[in-house]
Amino acid sequence: MKRTLTATLVGAALAASALSGTANAQAISDGVVKIGVMSDMSGLYADLAGQGSTLAARMAVEDSGITSRGIKVEIVSADHQNKPDVGSSIARQWMDTDKVDAIADVPTSSVALAVNQLTREKGKVFLNSGAATSDLTGKACSPTTVHWTYDTWMLANGTGSAVVKSGGDSWFFLTADYAFGHALERDTEAVVQKSGGKVVGKVRHPLNTQDFSSFLLQAQSSKAKIIGLANAGGDTVNSIKQAAEFGIVSGGQNLAGLLVFLTDIHGIGLQTAQGLLVTETFYWDLNDGTRAFSKRFAAANNNRYPTMVQAGVYGAVLHYLKAVEAIKSDDGLKVVEQMKATPTDDPAFGKGSIRADGRKIHPAYLFEVKKPGESKAPYDYYKLRETIPAEQAFRPLADGGCSLVK
Amino acid sequence: MEIFGVPTQALFGQLLIGLINGSFYALLSLGLAVIFGLLNIINFTHGAQYMMGAFAAYLLLNKLGIGYWWALLIAPILVGLTGAIIERTMLSRLYKLDHLYGLLLTFGLALIIEGLFRNEYGSSGQPYPIPPALSGGRNLGFMFLPNYRAWVIVASLVVCLATWFVIERTKLGAYLRAATENPQLVQAFGINVPRMITTTYAFGVGLAAFAGVMAAPIYSVSPQMGANLIIVVFAVVVIGGMGSIMGAVVTGFALGLIEGLTKVFYPEASNTVIFVIMAIVLLIKPAGLFGTQK
Repeated sequence: MKRTLTATLVGAALAASALSGTANAQAISDGVVKIGVMSDMSGLYADLAGQGSTLAARMAVEDSGITSRGIKVEIVSADHQNKPDVGSSIARQWMDTDKVDAIADVPTSSVALAVNQLTREKGKVFLNSGAATSDLTGKACSPTTVHWTYDTWMLANGTGSAVVKSGGDSWFFLTADYAFGHALERDTEAVVQKSGGKVVGKVRHPLNTQDFSSFLLQAQSSKAKIIGLANAGGDTVNSIKQAAEFGIVSGGQNLAGLLVFLTDIHGIGLQTAQGLLVTETFYWDLNDGTRAFSKRFAAANNNRYPTMVQAGVYGAVLHYLKAVEAIKSDDGLKVVEQMKATPTDDPAFGKGSIRADGRKIHPAYLFEVKKPGESKAPYDYYKLRETIPAEQAFRPLADGGCSLVK
Repeated sequence: MEIFGVPTQALFGQLLIGLINGSFYALLSLGLAVIFGLLNIINFTHGAQYMMGAFAAYLLLNKLGIGYWWALLIAPILVGLTGAIIERTMLSRLYKLDHLYGLLLTFGLALIIEGLFRNEYGSSGQPYPIPPALSGGRNLGFMFLPNYRAWVIVASLVVCLATWFVIERTKLGAYLRAATENPQLVQAFGINVPRMITTTYAFGVGLAAFAGVMAAPIYSVSPQMGANLIIVVFAVVVIGGMGSIMGAVVTGFALGLIEGLTKVFYPEASNTVIFVIMAIVLLIKPAGLFGTQK
């Protein structure tokens, strides 16, 4: 359905900066650092990114304290409706007429790839958190793009190899039919084959499908031990719920949700989701830093806890602002150079770094979803199975085929 | 045995699944056909009302502890009442105007309702359990049929046929159809036409809510669940012939089957096949398969 573009303007602590003068802001283009949060505000990914991502960006501006030191920051946001054409036209308008310096979040890989192309052409910063495709730091890599939170290679490497290790050596893929699903399927297939497993079949479903019964039936008759879900958001929720209904798990086959977010588990319910293995780079209950961040976030977000995508927007915007302040410029190429040159440190992800190809490096965690009896409160859903160290969690720098890597 | 490389057993399974999805198409397009046939309103709020039915079931269960079976009765009545209010206060002013005005109004209402629900409940959906009496399933040899899905087919067939019978074969239905043709004359016979029209709209809306309750346990209860479906359902109504009750039911089931087959032979096209069929039907029979040119 056609929805009007919701472009909301949010002034960020302008009063504070007005008091302290603008002496530092001379090298900042038009005197203000403008960050555009582009996300799915109304569709199947709206809960895992959406308004929560805008909130995260605002929290990052607040926590950076940058406005009290005389640099003006403004956050704008828009709904790309998961359509690459809509995303591209918003990005163009933002960069050409609205003087946006950095675009943040952008879930949905097909939209992210389109935006990535535009930000590279125009020399603006792209702080990606929501999109999964590992191509953003592979063949489509750009000198002004930072891919913060996760990617398909990392998901495949985490969940995929853990599942094969525990005996799931024949796979059937249920794949969302667009850039993200294809990338996730490709990366997972590689991991499965490398670990000695085989892929017996695959079926591609349109993005945003209600009824998976037909696809599940095909998966069931394939007799594969593992049904790999290379989809996300509402699609994953529906496929897991309906797989339970069709007796897939009780019939001896297992599901591998390759990209499952905290909000998805919330929507599925622990009764059905228990035992699922998920790979994430952020969970609210990891340490004091994540807990404090998440409590603040939830208080401002209708008591919904942050997903790793929203935490990633926070981390990326915070690091971006540090770089802007350090070099006193918002020139895209220079800022990203500075971001790569300095180590990252924020409450959500701890210490980390950004590689030459734009890939943010931090540990990944393999979680198991708790049984209903083990969960003590809403969003108390995961127990940690394994921590994948930062240097092993992502695709080796040399394997991506990124032209920035010499 | 195989047909075009697909084992016959798998094919039977897919046909059955298609029939189940067809049940939802039939239920929803039936409500639309009733409303269009008797009120001449293109009810774009239908998807939102289907969603409201599912949410009503969810709220009844979680706030009041009222389970699935009562929800099947109560949710359509509650949502039907909101429909009656919409008809009385807004739609009734538009009957003399072009179809377009009704379409715009109901489309706007759908956006508002969906937005309100999204604001309150988020977009990732709420869980709703399958009633214990219908959980589990049986192995039919060629596929595993969950009991709940079998119930969906039976219930929707009964509701569709009952609706058709009431409108086409009873005295009440005759009044309704007469009121559409010539309201002044029917009114002259002492029948309260405006009230009858309000009831009809509420009934059509109630049908959408009923489908919503049926869908709650198997699809996630989310604000955009109706928006995803409504476009397909409109295509079903157009193919069947606007306003034709039997056309809506038959086309609903038939298109469910065709879509099911597409998911086996060429899954990538499964969300476009219905529109391709719509285009072809409109080229050959502009009034739809069961419609009559007015």
